[in-house]
Amino acid sequence: MPLAFAALVLLGGGLGLALLWIGELEGFAAGGIFFVHVPVALSAYALLVWGAWKALRLLWTRDERYDLESYTGIHVGLIFALLTLVTGSIWARAEWGVWWDWRDRQLVTFLILFLFYSAYFMLRYSLEQGPARARISAVYALFGVVLIPVSFLAVRLAEQFLHRTPLIRAGRPDIEGTVLGVFGVCFAGALALAASMYAIELAGKRLDARLQEAR
Amino acid sequence: MIEARGLAKRYGAKRVFDGLDLDVPAGGFVLVTGPNGSGKTTLLRLVAGLAAPTAGRLEVAADRARIGFLAHEPLVYRELSALENLVLYGRLYRVPERRERIGMLLERFGLWEARREPVASFSRGMQQRLALCRALLHGPDLLLLDEPFNALDEAGAALLDAELAALAGQTFLVATHDPARLRPVATATLALA
Amino acid sequence: MTYLRDAAALARKDLLLELRGKETVPAMVLFVVAVFVAFRFALPQGQERAAGGLLWVAIVLTALLGLVRAFVPEREQGVLDALVLAPCDRSAIWLGKVLSVLAFLLIAEAAALPLFALFFEPVDAATVAAVLLANVGLSAIGALLAAMAVAGRAREVLLPLMFLPLAVPVVIGGVGATVTDDPARYLGFLALYDGIFAILAWATFEYVVTE
Repeated sequence: MPLAFAALVLLGGGLGLALLWIGELEGFAAGGIFFVHVPVALSAYALLVWGAWKALRLLWTRDERYDLESYTGIHVGLIFALLTLVTGSIWARAEWGVWWDWRDRQLVTFLILFLFYSAYFMLRYSLEQGPARARISAVYALFGVVLIPVSFLAVRLAEQFLHRTPLIRAGRPDIEGTVLGVFGVCFAGALALAASMYAIELAGKRLDARLQEAR
Repeated sequence: MIEARGLAKRYGAKRVFDGLDLDVPAGGFVLVTGPNGSGKTTLLRLVAGLAAPTAGRLEVAADRARIGFLAHEPLVYRELSALENLVLYGRLYRVPERRERIGMLLERFGLWEARREPVASFSRGMQQRLALCRALLHGPDLLLLDEPFNALDEAGAALLDAELAALAGQTFLVATHDPARLRPVATATLALA
Repeated sequence: MTYLRDAAALARKDLLLELRGKETVPAMVLFVVAVFVAFRFALPQGQERAAGGLLWVAIVLTALLGLVRAFVPEREQGVLDALVLAPCDRSAIWLGKVLSVLAFLLIAEAAALPLFALFFEPVDAATVAAVLLANVGLSAIGALLAAMAVAGRAREVLLPLMFLPLAVPVVIGGVGATVTDDPARYLGFLALYDGIFAILAWATFEYVVTE
């Protein structure tokens, strides 16, 4: 719970600072969402990598408690990926007047990852609970974490023939000084939110498992 | 050959068995009996290494090259002939003098004439005979047989009786719901509930 | 050496089954031709340049069609258990399946590429090279995902959902090699994709088929 509290304070404080700041900054009019979108995207990566790390531990040690941890990491990671898509879409709307632009690398990469990780849940639901499901899910999680850089690279390569000029977000290039500080606070807040959601979700899933066993 | 202590297998909330102890000495012939759903098949799969126990300790002193496994299903390709199936398995098991060994087994189980027919055209009893050939192909030390008399006619059952007698000295773990037939050769019985 | 012989024996078995049943390759060929026809009507006048991109969608979907059937013989009668029990390395089961899927895909493409040239536009060497490279990656990930899918209940639905997002980078690499003036970097990317995912699939297949 302290984690959730910290998340609230950090995110609230960070966004408050960001809004104060934006008032004084040219070119940041649309950039308020930057302080949500980018920290959420980075947290999504962190969660998916965490899920893959736990998957690797499972395959290594055969210890089944890593299964729930990996599952939870990917579950919350998928929620954050969805948030990334939504906030990215809002940002695109604010900055370019469209809800979706294929020239946005981050968004396109996240769309591919979102689709891939959505199938993770279909895969889990189609398998009987037990060690086989844990192992197959773990292997899938490893494929996902490898797909992250590969799809990022692929999306960059696609710019060559889709459109010659990648869109660069106005907020990104001149992150420095105080803006960096505010961004840091927001990022810490997003990470704390990710960690607290992870903890709550994991506790819930463990409780479910124990209830099921008791029955 | 097999030693299990406190063996348990659960699939989520579904409990197959719990706290199971089992000793099968080398050369032993242990029957596993019990009603449908009592976990006979699961126990054999655990010993074979096809499934992992949820809890407990299981030691099997034979690597998988030395295990012969007869399952409920014949574990052969339906669209291949009996001969093609056995040649494939003989290769994977690195059976020496493959052709001779396969020919001998097919003869012994009365499948020589039908060896080039696709398994899909076999009767259930012929498929069981082929499954036995497959399980015995590499001369395993530890035989895990799940309902070996399943679908066999009297002649087939007699062939299997003779084969089991010829293999005396190997280690057996046999799941059956009809233990009477094997009781004379069994050294111990494990009853699952 | 025995490792490769095991994989070859398993792949040969798949070819033999296909020769008997003719259930996969004819379906793949017919499918890819039908996709071409449907695509032609998806290209209004002035849009024909998009054909190069459609070729890649057709290839990925054709591979998918073959993969859905890849582990069907093993699923029937629990043969996969017997292969897992056999003393050969489990990854040889994967390699054997990759080889047979690759062979089916090559046959389908041997029919599809000339037809594509006839219907749409000439196929250049870069495209052929890209197709060959893409086949490796698609078969490598496909054989692994197909083994995952047959373990579950919703297998026919599941495989496309897992396979297509993972195949998007292949489409990008393939289209880049087909339509740009600088195919080398895209061929390089496809080779990188093959290497990364083939190693990953090879190393993890055992976990998919064992508990």
